[in-house]
Amino acid sequence: MPHASMMRQITDFANRANPYPVYEELRRTPVLHEEEDGPYLISSYYDIKALLHDPRISSDAANLAAAGDDALDQTEETGGLPPSFLRLDPPEHDRLRRIANGAFGPPHRPRRIESMRGQMRDIVTELIDGFGDARQIDLVDQFAYPFPVTVICRLLGVPREDEPKFRTWVDPLVASLDPDTGRGADDTDHRKTAREARMQLGMYLAELVEERAREPRDDMLSDLVNSRGPDGAMTMMEVLSTSVLLLIAGHETTVNLITNGMLTLLRHPEYLRRLREDPGLSVNIVEELLRYEPPVQLVPQRTCIGDIEVRGVTIPKGSRIWLVLAAGNRDPERFEDPERFDPDRGDIQHLGFGSGIHSCFGAPLARLETQIALSELARRLESPRLVEDPPPYRQNAVLRGPRHLGIAFEGLR
Amino acid sequence: MAADYVEWLRREGRIVIVGASLAGLRAAETLRAEGFAGELTLIGDEPYEPYDRPPLSKSVLLGMASPHHTELPHRWEIDAKWRLGVAATGLDPTAKRVRLADGDEVEYDRLLIATGVRARPWPKPEEARLDGVCLLRTCEDAADLYRRLKAGPRRVFVIGAGFAGSEVASACREMNLPVTVAERAGAPLVGALGGVIGAVAADLQTENGVDLRTHVTVTALEGDPAGRVRAVHLSDESVVEADVVVVSLGSLRNTEWLQGSGLGAGPRGVACDAGCRAFDFRGIVTDDVFVAGDVARSPHALFGYQFLSLEHWGNAVAQAETAAHNMICHGAERRPHLWMPAFWSSMFGVNIKSVGVPPMGEQLMVTQGSLAERRFAAVYGYQDRIVAAVTFDNTRWLEFYQRQIEIGAPFPVEYPTMDRRPEGRQPVDARFPDPSLPTHGPMVTLSGYSPADQQLVFHPARH
Ligand SMILES: Cc1cc2nc3c(=O)[nH]c(=O)nc-3n(C[C@H](O)[C@H](O)[C@H](O)COP(=O)(O)OP(=O)(O)OC[C@H]3O[C@@H](n4cnc5c(N)ncnc54)[C@H](O)[C@@H]3O)c2cc1C
Ligand code: HEM
Repeated sequence: MPHASMMRQITDFANRANPYPVYEELRRTPVLHEEEDGPYLISSYYDIKALLHDPRISSDAANLAAAGDDALDQTEETGGLPPSFLRLDPPEHDRLRRIANGAFGPPHRPRRIESMRGQMRDIVTELIDGFGDARQIDLVDQFAYPFPVTVICRLLGVPREDEPKFRTWVDPLVASLDPDTGRGADDTDHRKTAREARMQLGMYLAELVEERAREPRDDMLSDLVNSRGPDGAMTMMEVLSTSVLLLIAGHETTVNLITNGMLTLLRHPEYLRRLREDPGLSVNIVEELLRYEPPVQLVPQRTCIGDIEVRGVTIPKGSRIWLVLAAGNRDPERFEDPERFDPDRGDIQHLGFGSGIHSCFGAPLARLETQIALSELARRLESPRLVEDPPPYRQNAVLRGPRHLGIAFEGLR
Repeated sequence: MAADYVEWLRREGRIVIVGASLAGLRAAETLRAEGFAGELTLIGDEPYEPYDRPPLSKSVLLGMASPHHTELPHRWEIDAKWRLGVAATGLDPTAKRVRLADGDEVEYDRLLIATGVRARPWPKPEEARLDGVCLLRTCEDAADLYRRLKAGPRRVFVIGAGFAGSEVASACREMNLPVTVAERAGAPLVGALGGVIGAVAADLQTENGVDLRTHVTVTALEGDPAGRVRAVHLSDESVVEADVVVVSLGSLRNTEWLQGSGLGAGPRGVACDAGCRAFDFRGIVTDDVFVAGDVARSPHALFGYQFLSLEHWGNAVAQAETAAHNMICHGAERRPHLWMPAFWSSMFGVNIKSVGVPPMGEQLMVTQGSLAERRFAAVYGYQDRIVAAVTFDNTRWLEFYQRQIEIGAPFPVEYPTMDRRPEGRQPVDARFPDPSLPTHGPMVTLSGYSPADQQLVFHPARH
C-alpha cells in the first residue's frame, strides 16, 4: 500500500481535528482487514447496525484477550476488579445491566433523571455566572467538563470535592481506551498506570459504597449496593466495577458532546441563533450532533465467536472487529447529504449511542445534560465566536473531542 | 391515457376509505402526504375518531389509560369528509358506489377497504347476552370490561388463551383478581407460537396465580334469574363460578358487506395482490379497489407467495401506506407490500415479540438464553430455513433474526451464539396443533395460493 494503513490514519493525531475524509476513504472498503491478526474495520451504517445486533459478536473482555489484543483487554480485568457489563456478554451483562437500571431509570426509578432537570439548570447557571467579567473562556475547563462531572457525582453520591483526587485516576483509564496508546514503546508503563488507577479508584469507591450499605441515601451507589430484586444482589466487586464504569462514562463523553456541540453551532451560526429563540430545537440539535460529531467515534472491543459474513467477506471466528460509528453516521447509503450538519433532517438517526444490548445506558442523562447546556449557552452568551478553528484536540481517537475550546463573547445575558 | 388518469385522479379524483381505524387513517394521511388533492371520504361504523387497540387489553384494563383516550395521533392534516357511526352495507364495483346503512350512496374513483376484523362472539346467542359476558375489540368493550374489573368481581373467567385472552388474564392478576383461563389446546399461545413456547407461557400464567385449565372447552355459560352470568361449565364436567366472562376466541373478518360485490372476499378476508389491489372472485386483479390491514390477505414472497392474513398493528400501518401510495401513482412506481410480519405483546411483566410466521415452523431451536428462565430467543425452521423467531424479554436480538429470515438462512442454526445453552443445541418439534383443527388467535394465518375465498377455514369455535 502506498500510504499509511487506514488504522494508522484513524489513530494518527494529525487527523484528529477532521477525521471525516479518512472515514470517507474507509467506507470505500466497508469491510477492511489490513494486517494479519489485526482487526476488521466496519464502516457502513447498515453493517454496523447489523453487527451490533448480532449474537455472534461478543463484547467479552476475555474473548478479546484471546484474540490477541494487547492494548485493550488490560483496562478492565486488572486493578483487581472484575469486568463491568460494558465488557461482558449475556447472561451476565443482562443481569448486571438490569440491576443497574433499577437504580437509574423506569420502572423502579422513573424520575431519577427527570427530577434532576432543575439541579442541572442551576449548575449550568452557576457555571455561566462564574465566567464573571471575562470576555473569553475555555469552554472545556470552565463548563463542559465540570458540568457533567458534577451531575454524575450527585447522581452516584460521590462527594464533588473529591473530584481532583479521582480525576488523577480517571484520566489514565480513559487514555488506555485509546487504541494508539498501547502501541508505543511505553506500552507497559501505560498499562501499569491504568491498572493502578483502576485499583485506586476502586478502593476509593469501596469506602463510599460500604458507607451506603450501612446508611443508604437517595443516590445510585446506595441503590446499587442495596438492590435485592428478582436478579438478586450485586456482589461488592460488581458494585465497584459498575460504579467505576458509570463514573468514567459520565465523565468523558458528555464533555465532548457539549464541546463538539458549541464548536459545530459556532460554525453554523444560523442554528445558534435559532436555538436562542427556540430552546425546543435543542432536541434535534443534540440528535444531529450525535450523528455528525459523535463523542464515541468507534467501538474497538468486539470479537466474533463464529465465522460471519459481511458483504461477501468472511470474518473468521476469533477476529477482532472495530465498528467505526462515526463513519457509519456519515454513510451516504443511509443519509442524504451526510456531510451536512442539518438538525432539520426528517429522520435523524445515528449510531452515536451504539445500538443493541450495549446501547448507551446513560443516553437519557447525556441527552438532557447536553440539551440544557447548549440552549443555556446559546441564550446567555452575547455574540460568541471561536478564538481558534480548529481547536486543539485530545490525543484520544476513540473518545474524540477538543482539549480546549476558546470562545470570545461580548457579554452575558 | 393511463398517465392522464392518474394525474387527474391526484388532482380532483374521489377516494373513499371504508373502515376508519388504524389502516384507514394511516392510508388517508399517506394519500395527502403524497400529494392527493382530490376529495377524500372516510366511512366508519364506530362513532369515534380512529383510536388505538393494543392498549385496550393492556394499560386500559389497568386503569393507566382511559378507554376513550387512545386516539391515534394524526401525523398529517388530512382534510377529509368523515362519515362516522354509519356502516357500509354494500359495494357495486361496476357503478363504483358504496352503499351505506342510512341509505346513502357514496361514489368513488378509487376505494380502499380497511374494515378489519371483529371479535368472534360466543356462539350461543342467549348465553352471549348474559350480563357479564364480554368481548374485547372496541373501546366500548374495553370501557365495559374495565368497569367490571374495577368493581371487584369474585372471579373472572377467560375463554381462550391466545394473546388477547392471556393479556386480559395478566391484567386481572395485576389487579389481584382471581382468574380462570380455559384453553382447548395444551397451553396458552399454542396457535401463535406452538406447544414448546406455549408451555413457557403456561408456567408464566400459573406462577402468577392464574387458574389455567387446558385441554378443556367451555360447554355452557349459566345465568342467574336476573340474567347475570353466574358460572361456566367445562367439558371435563367441572363448573367454575364467575361473574365476568371474557370471550376471547379470535376474530371474524368484516367482509359481509362485500357479499355479492364480485370481489374475492369471504371469511378469510379480502384477497389482494402484493400491490394491495383486490382480486375479484375469479382471481382477476381489479384496478380501483385496494385493501389494507387486518381484513386483507395478500401473497408474501418470503413465504412461497402463500396468502397471508395478519392481525398485526405494524402490518396494518405498512400495508395502508403501500396501498395509499399505489392508489395514486403510475404503474411503474408501485411498490409491493413486503412487510415482515412482526408482533409484540406483554403479559405478566414479560415482553414477547415475534417476527416471521411461527406457525409455518415445524421445528424450534432456542438459540439464546433459556426457556426455564423465560428469557430467550428461539427460531422456527421449515424445510431447512429459518422462517420465524420469537423472543421473551430479549427484544434487542430480534433484528438479527429478522435478517436471517430475509436471507433464508439455514435451519438448524449451527453457528455459535452468545448465551447458547445446552438445551439449544438440538432442534425440537415446535408442536403446533394440526392446522386443520380450529384454533383461535394465531394472529397470522397462511391460507394457500387461491385468491378466491369460497371455502371456510375458520370454523366457529365449538366450545
Ligand atoms: C385488544 C387488542 C389488542 C391488540 N394488541 C396488539 C398488539 O399488542 N400487537 C399488535 O401487533 N397488534 C395488536 N392488536 C391488533 C391491532 O390492533 C390490529 O392489527 C389493528 O387494529 C388493525 O387495524 P385495521 O385498521 O386493519 O383494522 P380495525 O382496527 O379492526 O379497524 C377496522 C375498522 O373498520 C370498521 N368497520 C368494519 N366494518 C365496517 C363497515 N362495513 N363499514 C364501516 N366501517 C366498518 C370497524 O368498526 C373498525 O373501526 C390488538 C387488537 C386488539 C383488539
Ligand atoms: C454524549 C455522551 C455519551 C455518548 C456519546 C455515549 C456513547 C456510548 C456508546 C457508543 C456506548 C456503546 C458501547 C459499546 O457498544 O460497546 C455506550 C455504552 C455505555 N454508556 Fe454511554 N455515552 C454517553 C454518555 C454516557 C453517560 C453520561 C453514562 C453514565 C451515566 C453512560 C454510560 C454508559 C454505559 C454504562 C454503557 C455500557 C452499556 C452496556 O454495555 O450495556 N454513557 N455509551
